[in-house]
Amino acid sequence: MISATHYLTLAAILFAIGTVGVITRRNVITMFMCVELMLNAVNLTFITFSRFLDQIDGQIFVFFVMTVAAAEAAVGLALIVVLSRHTGTLDVDQANTMKW
Amino acid sequence: MDINYTAVLPEIILSLVGISIMLLTPFVPRERQTHLGYLALAGIVLAFFGVAMGWGQTDLAFFEMIFQDDFGQFCKIFFLFVSTVILLISMNYLEQEKLFQGEFFALLLFATVGMLFMATSADLIMTFVGLEVLSISTYVLAGFKERERKSSEAAWKYFLLGAFSTAFLLYGIAFVYGATGSTKYLQIAEAIQASPDYSLILLVGVGLMLVGFGFKVALAPFHAWTPDVYEGAPIPIMALLAVASKGAALLALARILYQVLPDLSQQWQAILWPSAVLTMAIGNIAALTQSNIKRMLAYSSIAHAGYLLVGLTAHNSLGTQGILFYLVAYALMTLGALTVVQIVGRREEQHTTIEDYNGLGYRYPFLGIALSVFLISLAGIPATAGFMGKLFVFSAAVQSQMYGLVVIALVTSAIGIYYYLRVIVSMYMGEFKKEEIPITISMPMRIILTLMVLGTLYLGILPGILLNLAEEAASF
Repeated sequence: MISATHYLTLAAILFAIGTVGVITRRNVITMFMCVELMLNAVNLTFITFSRFLDQIDGQIFVFFVMTVAAAEAAVGLALIVVLSRHTGTLDVDQANTMKW
Repeated sequence: MDINYTAVLPEIILSLVGISIMLLTPFVPRERQTHLGYLALAGIVLAFFGVAMGWGQTDLAFFEMIFQDDFGQFCKIFFLFVSTVILLISMNYLEQEKLFQGEFFALLLFATVGMLFMATSADLIMTFVGLEVLSISTYVLAGFKERERKSSEAAWKYFLLGAFSTAFLLYGIAFVYGATGSTKYLQIAEAIQASPDYSLILLVGVGLMLVGFGFKVALAPFHAWTPDVYEGAPIPIMALLAVASKGAALLALARILYQVLPDLSQQWQAILWPSAVLTMAIGNIAALTQSNIKRMLAYSSIAHAGYLLVGLTAHNSLGTQGILFYLVAYALMTLGALTVVQIVGRREEQHTTIEDYNGLGYRYPFLGIALSVFLISLAGIPATAGFMGKLFVFSAAVQSQMYGLVVIALVTSAIGIYYYLRVIVSMYMGEFKKEEIPITISMPMRIILTLMVLGTLYLGILPGILLNLAEEAASF
C-alpha cells in the first residue's frame, strides 16, 4: 500500500533536485526547467494532501499553479531570448555587467 | 455569501482599462502611444471612486476570497496613489527615452491589480494569484528597455529568483494546506487554534512561506537580487519594485501573520527578529560603499524593509499602524528621490553616479532642495516623515519589549545617515562640472516633486491625520 508519506517524500526529493539545480546549473534554460520541476513537486504535494484529506481544494490550487506556470514560462522564455541576444550564449555567468 | 462586486470594483475597472489599452495599442500611431497613459490615469481615478464606494463596509466577498475591511481599503488607496505617481513619472520617462509602447501602461495597471488583490485576499489561492499577476507584469517591465543589456539582465535575474521564491512560497502553502485542510485564512486560523500542538508539517509550511515572502520583500538573507535588478530596471520601474511590490508583499505578509497565524507568533517572531537585524545591517552597511545612486537607493530600500520588519515583528496594534504610516512616508520619499534621480539621469540614464550630483544644489536649486528633503527624510532626521515613521515603528517594538532589536535599529539607522548626507554634501560642496546636456524639468515633474516635498514635511510635522486613518485601518 502506498501511503501519503511516499508521495510527499517523492515530492520533497523532486523539490530538492529542482532547488539544487537552480543553484548549481549555469545554463539559463536548465535553471528555468529546474524551477518548473519545483513547481511540479508542489503540485504533487497539493494533490497528495487533497487525496488524503478527501477534499477538492488542493486540486483546484493545482490548476491555478499550472496556469500561472504557463504564463511564467511565456514571459521567462521571452526574457531568455532577449538575454541570449545580448550575451550570445546561454551561460548565466555572462550576465555579469552589474557588480558592486 | 454572494459575489459583492463593489469589493472588487477597483480591480475590475483597472483590469478592463488595462485590457482596452492592450487592444488600442496597435491602432495608435507609435509616437502618440504615450497618450495612452492618460487613459490609464483615468482608469486609476475611476478605481479611486471604486474604493470610495466600498468605504466603511466590512465583509467577506467573492465567495470568501476577498476581505473588505478598513485595512484593505487603506492599502488599496495607498497602492492606487503609488501607481498614479509612477504612471506620471513613467510617461515623462518613456517620452524622454523614446520608448513609444502603450503596453507599458497596461502592464502597470495589471501590476496594480495584483497589489490590490494581495492586500485584500482572504484565501491563499487569491494571494498567490495576486502575487503572480504583480510579479509577471513587473518581470516584463524590468526588462522593458530590451535593447539595453543591463535591463535584460535585470529582468532575467528578477524573473529567475522571483519564480524560484514563488516555488518556496507555494510549497509552504501546500504544507499549510496539508496541516489545516483549508486555504482560507479564517479557516486556517480556526484549525490552528483548535489544535495547539503544532505539527511539524505546519511549522515547515510557515517557514517556507516566510522564505517566499522574504524574497519578495527583499529581506536578508534573500536580498541579493535587489541591487542588480534595481540598477538595471528603468527608474520608474525601480520605484514600482522598491515601493509598491515590496509594500504589497509586506502587507500580504502582515495580514497572514496577524490574521492567520497569530497563535504561532512566538515561532515567527523568532525567525523575523534575526532577519530584521540582518536586513538593517546589510542594507545600511552595503549602501556606504556605493558609487551609483540607483544602487545606493536599492540598498537603502533593503534597510527600510528592515525597519518595516521591526514593526511587523512587534505584533501589536501600534506596530500595524506604524507599518502603514511608514509605508506612506517611505513611498513619498523614495518616489520623490527617484523622480529627482530620473531627471538628473537624463537620456538613457547616463548620469546616475553620485559624482554626477556634484554642485547640483547651486546650479539647480529646486532639484537640490527637493532631493535634500527626501534624503534627510530617508535618513530619519526629525521634522520629516521618515523620522515619524521610524518613531512609530520603533516604539511599537519597545511596547513589545524588544529592546535589543530597537537598539540595533537605532544604531544601523545612524550608520545610514552617512550615505544619505554624502549625496547632499556632494550636491552643495562638490565642484560643478560643465554638462553636455542641460537638465530639463518639465512642469508636471515640478508639480509632482513640490507635492512630494510638501507631503514629506507635512507628515513629519503633523502626522496626526494619517496616523488616525492608520489606527482605524489597523484594527483587523
